[in-house]
Amino acid sequence: MTTLRKMVAVELKLFLREPLTVVFALALPLITLFVLGGVFGNTPEAGFYAGVGAMDFYTPAYIGLVLASIGVISIPAHLAGNRERGVLRRFRASSVPAAVVVGSEVAVSLLIALVSGVVLVACALVMYGAAPPQSAWLLMPAFLLSGLVFATLGAMLGTLLPTARAAQAAGMLLWFVMLFLGGAGPPPEVLTGALGWLRHGVPLTYSVGVLQGPWLGTGWNWADAGILAAIGLAAALVTALRFRWE
Amino acid sequence: MPAVVSVEHLHKAYGPVVAVEDVSFAVEDGEIFGLLGPNGAGKTTIVECLQGLRRADGGTLRVLGLDPQTQGRELRGRVGSQLQESALPDRIRVWEALDLFASLTPGAADWRMLMEQWGLAGKGKASFASLSGGQRQRLFVALALVNEPQVVFLDEMTTGLDPAARRVAWELVEAIRARGTTVVLVTHFMDEAERLCDRLAVVDRGRVVAAGSPPGLIDLHAPQRLVRFSTTAPDCDFLYRVPGVEAVTRRGESVEVAGTGPVLALVAAALVERGIVPADLRAERATLEEVFLRLTSHRAGEEEA
Repeated sequence: MTTLRKMVAVELKLFLREPLTVVFALALPLITLFVLGGVFGNTPEAGFYAGVGAMDFYTPAYIGLVLASIGVISIPAHLAGNRERGVLRRFRASSVPAAVVVGSEVAVSLLIALVSGVVLVACALVMYGAAPPQSAWLLMPAFLLSGLVFATLGAMLGTLLPTARAAQAAGMLLWFVMLFLGGAGPPPEVLTGALGWLRHGVPLTYSVGVLQGPWLGTGWNWADAGILAAIGLAAALVTALRFRWE
Repeated sequence: MPAVVSVEHLHKAYGPVVAVEDVSFAVEDGEIFGLLGPNGAGKTTIVECLQGLRRADGGTLRVLGLDPQTQGRELRGRVGSQLQESALPDRIRVWEALDLFASLTPGAADWRMLMEQWGLAGKGKASFASLSGGQRQRLFVALALVNEPQVVFLDEMTTGLDPAARRVAWELVEAIRARGTTVVLVTHFMDEAERLCDRLAVVDRGRVVAAGSPPGLIDLHAPQRLVRFSTTAPDCDFLYRVPGVEAVTRRGESVEVAGTGPVLALVAAALVERGIVPADLRAERATLEEVFLRLTSHRAGEEEA
């Protein structure tokens, strides 16, 4: 436990010492808001955005998008990079448990996600006049669940992919696919035919479903939460079984 | 007292490539034991198996009475390790690394003292990336000692260091032994093994081709000594009658006598008897390097072919 605490503290400091990653984590939600918010505005349109304003609809989706970026872009590159450089080898020789290595990654990314999320929500409310969440209490577990699942997915990618480059490329690819299909880019209503089917294959779709429920006041989305949790458990299982130190 | 490390018939292959054919040796408490061999001989595989970082295909291994295969985690908590090709995150600071690794072991050494001891006191806030090769090496040694281990494994610790830094590293190894810690030293440097090791095993192609103390190995495998002196005396062939002398070569005034046993004393006596008293009489004996080349020479020939 002491080791996990220290590892989280060290990882957090390492994150803060890397200026680019800090800028990325803080700027991404703002850029997302600025670009997509500018495109869609916040006027309710018949037949789109489940009948609410685009910004109201998208703010919880952007939270999901930010959680996904931290999970599937940052973690895989970091984990695979540490393995490639022999950092994990060094940890293992001193009997650092694998759970501490992965656990600290997940914990740190949740903390970063929290800050990014707060920045995003504050800007959406203040600058774009989005409606505040209907149930802040239900939003918290939705946030936590989404963050955990994306972090676990990231840990799985970092475990399976051999190099930092491969991990980063795969994470980026997954993130862009999710951006377009997961409900944070084009509104779900325009994704018809094959795309409509495909959108059910990306984890962000379920994360957005879970986050939009409390935000728009439609309650806790049990179906999406269940699927999301199953994805997270599967990823955790693969990570546990396939974790490699070198 | 049982051996601190014992290896019996270790075998390890990576797919079709056999890294360790059949290796046995034992390391006693408190000694510096060397694994000496050319690159690719299987040395690193041996120490990785001993730390449970790799699974042996055959043989019996014991370190501090533990089986590395099944008790690897517990074992790694009790041994120290300086690994080849390992690193720390670039931006981690020296004190943070020590503090983190110390937190793994209840009753770990005071890392502030270790920092002082290993000459890192002024470097506590320096990032790993900013350290020189020698400083990194010292940090790794300090990390290897932070759990107060009974055995440390040092794998190629001086590779890539300049000569001055190597000397310092050697002193570090002797300082570790002086604490009462057993050291298993992996190296391909002959001078390093000869200077530091109490006993060593020469490993080649996954087998132990010789084992013993450095002087013992030299006596056994390269027993010849060379006695050199200069003289104006025209005839030195009488030296062939000295017991143990095998060859006498003369180049101008300098004479070289090759032989085994106590040839220096016997040659000196024979010279004095003839009234020849050279001022520069000296003996040279083979180094571990010659032993090593003799034992592993087939390899160099093959690589050239």
